[in-house]
Amino acid sequence: MYDFDWSSIPGAVPYLWTGAKTTLEITGVAIVVGIIWGALLAVMRLSANRTVAWLAAGYVNLFRSVPLVMVILWFFLIVPSLLKAIFGEGIADIRLASAFTAFALFEAAYYSEIIRAGIQSVPRGQVSAAYALGLTYSQAMRLVVLPQAFRNMIPLLLTQAIILFQDTSLVYVIGLADFFGAAYKVGDRDGRIVELLLFAGAVYFVICFGASLLVRQYQRRLAK
Amino acid sequence: MAYHWNWGIFFAKVPSGGTTYLGWFLQGLQWTVIISLSSWILALVIGALLGVMRTVPNRWLSGPAAAYVEIFRNIPLLVQLFIWYFVVPELLPVSIGTAIKSSPPLLQQFLAGMLCLGLFTAARVCEQVRSGIGALSKGQKNAALATGLTLPQTYRYVLLPMAFRIIIPPLTSEFLNIFKNSAVISTIGFVELSRQAQQLVDYTAQPYEAFIVVTLAYLILNVIIMAFMRWVELRARIPGFITTGK
Repeated sequence: MYDFDWSSIPGAVPYLWTGAKTTLEITGVAIVVGIIWGALLAVMRLSANRTVAWLAAGYVNLFRSVPLVMVILWFFLIVPSLLKAIFGEGIADIRLASAFTAFALFEAAYYSEIIRAGIQSVPRGQVSAAYALGLTYSQAMRLVVLPQAFRNMIPLLLTQAIILFQDTSLVYVIGLADFFGAAYKVGDRDGRIVELLLFAGAVYFVICFGASLLVRQYQRRLAK
Repeated sequence: MAYHWNWGIFFAKVPSGGTTYLGWFLQGLQWTVIISLSSWILALVIGALLGVMRTVPNRWLSGPAAAYVEIFRNIPLLVQLFIWYFVVPELLPVSIGTAIKSSPPLLQQFLAGMLCLGLFTAARVCEQVRSGIGALSKGQKNAALATGLTLPQTYRYVLLPMAFRIIIPPLTSEFLNIFKNSAVISTIGFVELSRQAQQLVDYTAQPYEAFIVVTLAYLILNVIIMAFMRWVELRARIPGFITTGK
């Protein structure tokens, strides 16, 4: 049988924590930018202007048909040359910047679908009533439709955030040391890949399972 | 930023000769399709089994199935893949582990990739099957049992045929996901489509051509699968039930 040796983990905690911070940063940026840009896309998609709706639909469908790995690689190709063009050489960590961009733009496509469904779940009468009160389109959206829509879709948005948190491990493909990347590196260095991978899996499981339990509890309270 | 476009690069010979860069691309495409389809079959079989287990009125069956779903859903796919590829061979009895480790790398990567992707997607298929069975009216099951069918027969002839038809749309998106997720297997060195894209960049120094062609290939795969599943949905339609399409 395999002899487990967990002794390389305690010493590696500070390094793993640095990785975990990268994971959290990417998740955080992608959630914030993704929801804002996703909400804009959703509103655009429901707009009466055909061209605008079509552009937003094209964006969403494009990002949803391509593997995340490809999206990360695409932005790792495009962003550095763009950044260099704008700021000149000497940007500290191009990989992190391209990961932020890739995840934010990619997640926006998924968030926009959730938000669109949420907006469509608000009864039409609400919009008509808002118009009857003399609100403009943007006022009706901002003050009447979106607040209700967001309440309906919070559980789905949170679930998507959990998926996003797991997906950030894919920055491995551009060699960025997030939590998973850090764990892999430590395992590789000490010849303890088995232990470190199992440890990383357990940490992800505890966080994601815990979070999904909370979401479910919240959902149940919402349903009451 | 002057980029030198050269689409003719795909017809140039690779350094080792024998094939062109287009040939490499097609090989990558072929492996993506093969590993996705084999994982999909695995996912459907195990997912259906788990879905049934979750709905059966027996805790010893529904408990483990629920645990399976939580475990496979709450660990990132990449971590699962690395566990299948690096950890599992170490934990198996030494003789089997050595046999695996001394087999050709392509076989190791394929097996780890297929098991990982198949079992990961099975958890999602299970949830769909469960919700499909849950969406059927209770009368279906009761009527089936009342006509004298046993519980396994009820599942086989009544519940599953109905549930699978209901869940074709969500299964379509899982089917699409499996193709997209197969790109993750590139991380253990399996040369499928997205790995081939990186290899083309390394060898040809024409990144945009390589990435555009590979991205288009994924888009086309998507369109083909959606068309195929729509066809399945129409073929499987039960007269008198409301479904999408005409």
